[in-house]
Amino acid sequence: MQKQAILLGSDAIAHGVRLSRPEVISAYPITPQTHIIETLSEMVDNGELKSQYIKVESEMSAIAAVLGSVSAGSRSFTASSSQGLAMMHEVLHWVAGARLPLVLVNANRALGAPWNIWSDQSDSFSQRDTGWLQIYCETSQEALDTIIMAYKASEQLMLPIMVMIDGFILSHTMERLLVPDQQIVDDYLPTYRAPYHLDPDNPMTFGAAAHPDLFYELKKTLSETMSEALTVLDNCQVEFAQKFGRSYQPIMRCLEGSEKSDTAIICCGAMTGTARVAVADLNKSGTPTDLFKLRLLRPFPSQELCTALKDKKRIIVLNRACSYGVGGTLSQEVRTALYNLPQRPVVNDVMISLGGKEVFPETIVEVVKNQEQLSAVDCNWLKD
Amino acid sequence: MSNVKRSPAENSFSNDTAWQITSAEHMESGHMACPGCGASLSMRHTLKILGPQTIVVMPACCWAIIAGGQPTTALSTPLLHTPFAVAAAAATGVRRSLTAKRKKDITVLAWAGDGGTFDIGLQGISGAAERHEDMIYICYDNEAYMNTGIQQSSATPHGAWTTTTPGGKDFQYGKKDIMAIIKAHNPSYLASATIAYPEDFYLKIKRAKEASGFRFIHLLAACPSGWKIDSQDALKVTRMAVDSGVFPLLEMGSDGSFKETIEPEKPIPVQEYLKAQGRFKKMSDLEIETWQKEID
Repeated sequence: MQKQAILLGSDAIAHGVRLSRPEVISAYPITPQTHIIETLSEMVDNGELKSQYIKVESEMSAIAAVLGSVSAGSRSFTASSSQGLAMMHEVLHWVAGARLPLVLVNANRALGAPWNIWSDQSDSFSQRDTGWLQIYCETSQEALDTIIMAYKASEQLMLPIMVMIDGFILSHTMERLLVPDQQIVDDYLPTYRAPYHLDPDNPMTFGAAAHPDLFYELKKTLSETMSEALTVLDNCQVEFAQKFGRSYQPIMRCLEGSEKSDTAIICCGAMTGTARVAVADLNKSGTPTDLFKLRLLRPFPSQELCTALKDKKRIIVLNRACSYGVGGTLSQEVRTALYNLPQRPVVNDVMISLGGKEVFPETIVEVVKNQEQLSAVDCNWLKD
Repeated sequence: MSNVKRSPAENSFSNDTAWQITSAEHMESGHMACPGCGASLSMRHTLKILGPQTIVVMPACCWAIIAGGQPTTALSTPLLHTPFAVAAAAATGVRRSLTAKRKKDITVLAWAGDGGTFDIGLQGISGAAERHEDMIYICYDNEAYMNTGIQQSSATPHGAWTTTTPGGKDFQYGKKDIMAIIKAHNPSYLASATIAYPEDFYLKIKRAKEASGFRFIHLLAACPSGWKIDSQDALKVTRMAVDSGVFPLLEMGSDGSFKETIEPEKPIPVQEYLKAQGRFKKMSDLEIETWQKEID
């Protein structure tokens, strides 16, 4: 059973977490993530959620506390954003290297300076080499569902998963969605039983120094597990679709009937919603355009992307994160994957927004209508 | 052993229970410590007292090396290595997991050096102490970043040579008062100790074990290479730190005040302690005199 509800994005996420029954939650406020941990705090307070709730004194401690609790065998949760995620950076590497299953929700927000609290994917894109899986959500329903799926996949892979929502755009807006019943989630997501954990009756050392050859082997294993992750995620989503009726793939075509168009847009996160409106307008007004949303950044679904885009002549990548000196971070990922195609499409790297700069459907329409003027080499910044 | 006679201070421990040292070892031979290392002897005896139902959480510090690299380990208790700044937060997570699983009677021990405690880890310790997290936090203080090759930390005493205070005079401030900082958090147990005074050490670790909530013990642990002493003199010099009043052995009472648990009957001058070590060689007589006055 699933109940209809109209929920704030942050609250929907809190319900996804509640339904996943973490034993330990660490919490530190940062805009625009704060509502998530506030709602979880209320759920713990009123007994809806039986978790140890740790109010830590920094994001460094937030991630370290769950490093400890997962090492001791508990399913755990934490959330962050922006500066907070950056502060966690060192421990993010540690958690993945230690092969700890964990789910972290990041409300995407810009990094200073200057101060900026609005939506921007630079925070999580700059964590893409930490060994975490990264999933970007378009809607709050998707975020709620993804959290539940992420726990299942994470515990099979023994790798942590970061689930992204766009700060404010999803976290602070209401959406009509379905909240599954606990029973059906319990059926999908069994209690976590750690294969190894800190246990005085079976003592083990975790994280001790590894000499270069062993270190190399361990990292190779991590990389191989990342490759297996596509299959594990797919199995998790197939079972999820059977039980809950909603289905998610690493890369998803957003509208039917546009398969034959030569030009395709790729983006990730809530901007996809805006792009849907833009692309519908474009197709109506005689500029055939296809639209794909990328859900999975790590592992990067290169094969799936090549299959989806092999017949396209032009790919326009809408970026919300910049690798300064190169261009849009997502564009780099797309270009790398498409390099394997015998006939490669032109890839236009478009910096559509940073720091919450508003993206209207017209913004996207104008970019696509003027596609011939876009540089195929350099990053295309919007003219004011 | 020093030849100074000691009398138990007021309210100090009964010696009847002090020497019940178990023959069981939870720190095995084959560890990576240097000869004369105070930190390794301190761990050995700490685990004898805490017993096998202990989980050790350890940030970057000498002990992260001493414990050994994969696939070996010197501890027969579970051990979680963590990044430098986060021992107290990771220990918090371990404890909360045990609580969630209703596992009682396990001691969570955060074990860190002075760099991980006085400097980079201080914020996390403050958080754990403020929340009264149920753990014993032990700082083995060898008074510098010894693992990286003897750099000054905020636990390094004024006038000591380190590789980042080559003249011994590059910093004008003294050792950070960690006991006062922790005391301000109202911990459930707080003491300073050293394995060079083992009867005192045993009783304090035992008391910490028997208490609950946030417990903190500040251990002075000699580092022969960092202090520039012979390894065979490590315990002797550490006892001199106590006998000279440089490192008083304290315990916080229920009224929140510190009491000295071991009071040397015939205190030695600070100069004697400093002259026994190469690291204070460049200290002037005036500086030593000033230090003596501070202690007096």
